[in-house]
Amino acid sequence: MTEQYEPIIVGFLCNWCSYRAADLAGTSRLHYAPNLRVIRVMCSGRVDPQFVLKALRQGADGVMIAGCHPGECHYVEGNIKALRRFLLLKQMLRQLGIEKERVQLVWASASEGIILADAINRMTEEVRALGPLRWQDSVIGANGHKEGETVQDAPVPEEV
Amino acid sequence: MSEKVGVYICHCGTNIAKTVDVEDVAVWAGDQPDVEIARDYKFMCSSLGQDLIEEDIKEKGLTRVVVAACSPHMHEKTFRTACERGGLNPFLFEMVNVREHNSWTTDDREAATKKAKALVNGAVERVIYHQELEMMPLEINPNTLVVGGGIAGISASLELADAGYHVYLVEREPSIGGHMAQLDKTFPTLDCSACILTPRMVEVGQHPNITLLTWSEVENVEGYLGNFTVTVRKKARYINEEHCTGCGICIEKCPFKVTDDVFEAGLSTRKVIYRPFPQAVPKYPVIDTENCVYFLRGKCKACQIFCPTEPNSIDFEQQDEFLNIDVGNIILATGYDLFDVSKIPQYGYGRLANVFTSLEFERLVNAAGPTSGNIVLRDMETPPDKVAIVHCVGSRDENYHKYCSKVCCMYSLKFAHLVHERLPDAEVYNCYIDMRTPGKGYEEFYNRLLEEGTHFIRGKVADITDSARTDEEEGKLIVQVNDTLIDKQRRIPVDMVILSPAMEARYDSRKITQLFRMGCDFDGFFVERHPKLDPVATMTEGIYIAGACQGPKDIPDSVSQGAAAAARVAGLIARGTVYIEPVRASIIEEQCSGCRICNNLCPYNAIIFNEDKEVSEIITALCQGCGTCVAACPSAAITGAHFTNDQLMSQIEGILWDVGKGLESIKKVESVAEIGD
Repeated sequence: MTEQYEPIIVGFLCNWCSYRAADLAGTSRLHYAPNLRVIRVMCSGRVDPQFVLKALRQGADGVMIAGCHPGECHYVEGNIKALRRFLLLKQMLRQLGIEKERVQLVWASASEGIILADAINRMTEEVRALGPLRWQDSVIGANGHKEGETVQDAPVPEEV
Repeated sequence: MSEKVGVYICHCGTNIAKTVDVEDVAVWAGDQPDVEIARDYKFMCSSLGQDLIEEDIKEKGLTRVVVAACSPHMHEKTFRTACERGGLNPFLFEMVNVREHNSWTTDDREAATKKAKALVNGAVERVIYHQELEMMPLEINPNTLVVGGGIAGISASLELADAGYHVYLVEREPSIGGHMAQLDKTFPTLDCSACILTPRMVEVGQHPNITLLTWSEVENVEGYLGNFTVTVRKKARYINEEHCTGCGICIEKCPFKVTDDVFEAGLSTRKVIYRPFPQAVPKYPVIDTENCVYFLRGKCKACQIFCPTEPNSIDFEQQDEFLNIDVGNIILATGYDLFDVSKIPQYGYGRLANVFTSLEFERLVNAAGPTSGNIVLRDMETPPDKVAIVHCVGSRDENYHKYCSKVCCMYSLKFAHLVHERLPDAEVYNCYIDMRTPGKGYEEFYNRLLEEGTHFIRGKVADITDSARTDEEEGKLIVQVNDTLIDKQRRIPVDMVILSPAMEARYDSRKITQLFRMGCDFDGFFVERHPKLDPVATMTEGIYIAGACQGPKDIPDSVSQGAAAAARVAGLIARGTVYIEPVRASIIEEQCSGCRICNNLCPYNAIIFNEDKEVSEIITALCQGCGTCVAACPSAAITGAHFTNDQLMSQIEGILWDVGKGLESIKKVESVAEIGD
């Protein structure tokens, strides 16, 4: 039997809302996929698109950026700046052939542990369905085009 | 780079150890480069656990420390202090959250252990790049701004003023007092609202430590904890406050009357030059320029002609004044609005004359109100024989507000009592969904009403109509309600209906949150720092909240929250200097190209452009450390202390230690590309 493929997702969580939402999810003993590895930033506005690319290139299969709801940002509107950068980044990722499910932006306030946990579960399943990213083969090696050979080599999860 | 990192993994009893193989993580971490020592311990936060860190720093010469335990929001400070005791700069420490973010969220021991290793490794890689930082001292200006002169704002102001600190109390209306001044009796003790409130108002008016700014609004807020500069617009009253004695002759002589929609809830009139109510503080009247004949047509001046003071106190030329006030802290007590009941058309408010809101009834039943306390119908003379009181109008309703407004059950019971008291023969029907009476003496009050003979009907009112089906219903208002206790639809003919509307956030609460740079929730209520442990602070340092602006609240709760906010502020003032985290951005002048992209990004206007040097500069005192500019700088000339690019990039590498094998091949491809060029 083939083992289920476990994607690795890097999460950039803002100190005030989403990181606390994750704290709350833990305190409320909400069980969710153990695939998210969290990096704390003060604000989602701190997330440089380079961090996302770095994580993907370093072997992550997905990146989640999580911030406060629009209008609730601890730093007034850092999350709006994160949103703008995210929209631009999405365009670029598409051109690189990276599926949109791999990089997601989530809003979760400090009281919304359950929303964050749901988002983590959902994203884990979406990325699991896509399979590993294999940046160096599919994005750089083939210059953005997935060649037949590469695709065949990629482990195809059973349920797909 | 060669650092000696100490890694400590906490069992947290079994909280972490149950799901994460802590011994395995410790052994594994000990084998990582740069790690000098890795230990696991039952309770790292205990004094013995902290001693471990302290001793290792001293004996093994650790230069960096990583603790994997609970959330940094819980114990980061604890371990930073432990590092400091060991002689290590507290910022050369990094905390890993393996409890809230890991062990508590899964039962999969293998996955949790793997995740713990990744998180620990990320922290180790990050901490190597940490820099020594010093906490930043911040002087606290001892003056405080209180916004809102309702009972919460009054309590906060008096507490601070009595403690010897100066307070600027800003109120939008001509008088302080807020909603409480409009009420008749207060539940459950039934003491008269004015009797307990007005002495407090007078105290505010006379207190040497309180500068009272009524008929004023905050226009602008700049600065940060300890050093806010607030611009207050003092609207023109057209009264010279230095000369006015508050005798009230101008009000008496003013020949024009308009409906008083604010204080008397539309049930009575007031003069065009007016005081909202006789006990208003301050006593100075204000001219309503929208209705004043002099302002409309340039004639009249009756008030000026009859003003007995020398020199004359009426000043038609007065302009709005802008005051700049320096304060250290701000308490927001901006109160609430009542839900607009005409949004529920089936309850007929505005269409059916004898449907009243709770505030209208408060004025009706108030001895100082338009009917001198006589409960009458809209014709202002007929007393009702039957009264229905409808709870939860706009509260606990999917279509309007989902929350419970907390006070309506109690004041609806109070209304029932007042009707029984004033009209002993009248029948009173209270239509409620659930009776909510949590509070000292509240349940007893409910029991008292049960004995007084009020009819309690458990069910949500569907409709209020005047279309009669029987002779008995003719000329009456019919309240259609599903009595859920007997499972029957009932039609109750009454003469008067009182709607108990929801308390909602002020219509402009979102604007206020933007002005003061803090947050509000979906309903518009201000968000506290912690719902249980820090209910008066906000996420913005130096800004506190009190009263119904944070959520529906009764008088005792508002008073205690006002006092609590004052205590928090007084604590800061007494300390004089606070130390804040040095998580701030700074610009490397040599790398700045002067592109100014960052200039408009900063929500605190902390970035200015130096025209001489043609580079941007950061005013450290204004910077709050969000890092938005750091992420935006195309030249990487801005660094965010404690969240530098190096630190975060290394953490990304570290956290992906088990999958980052591809790095070599990337380098290979890149070098190939270089050759190609």
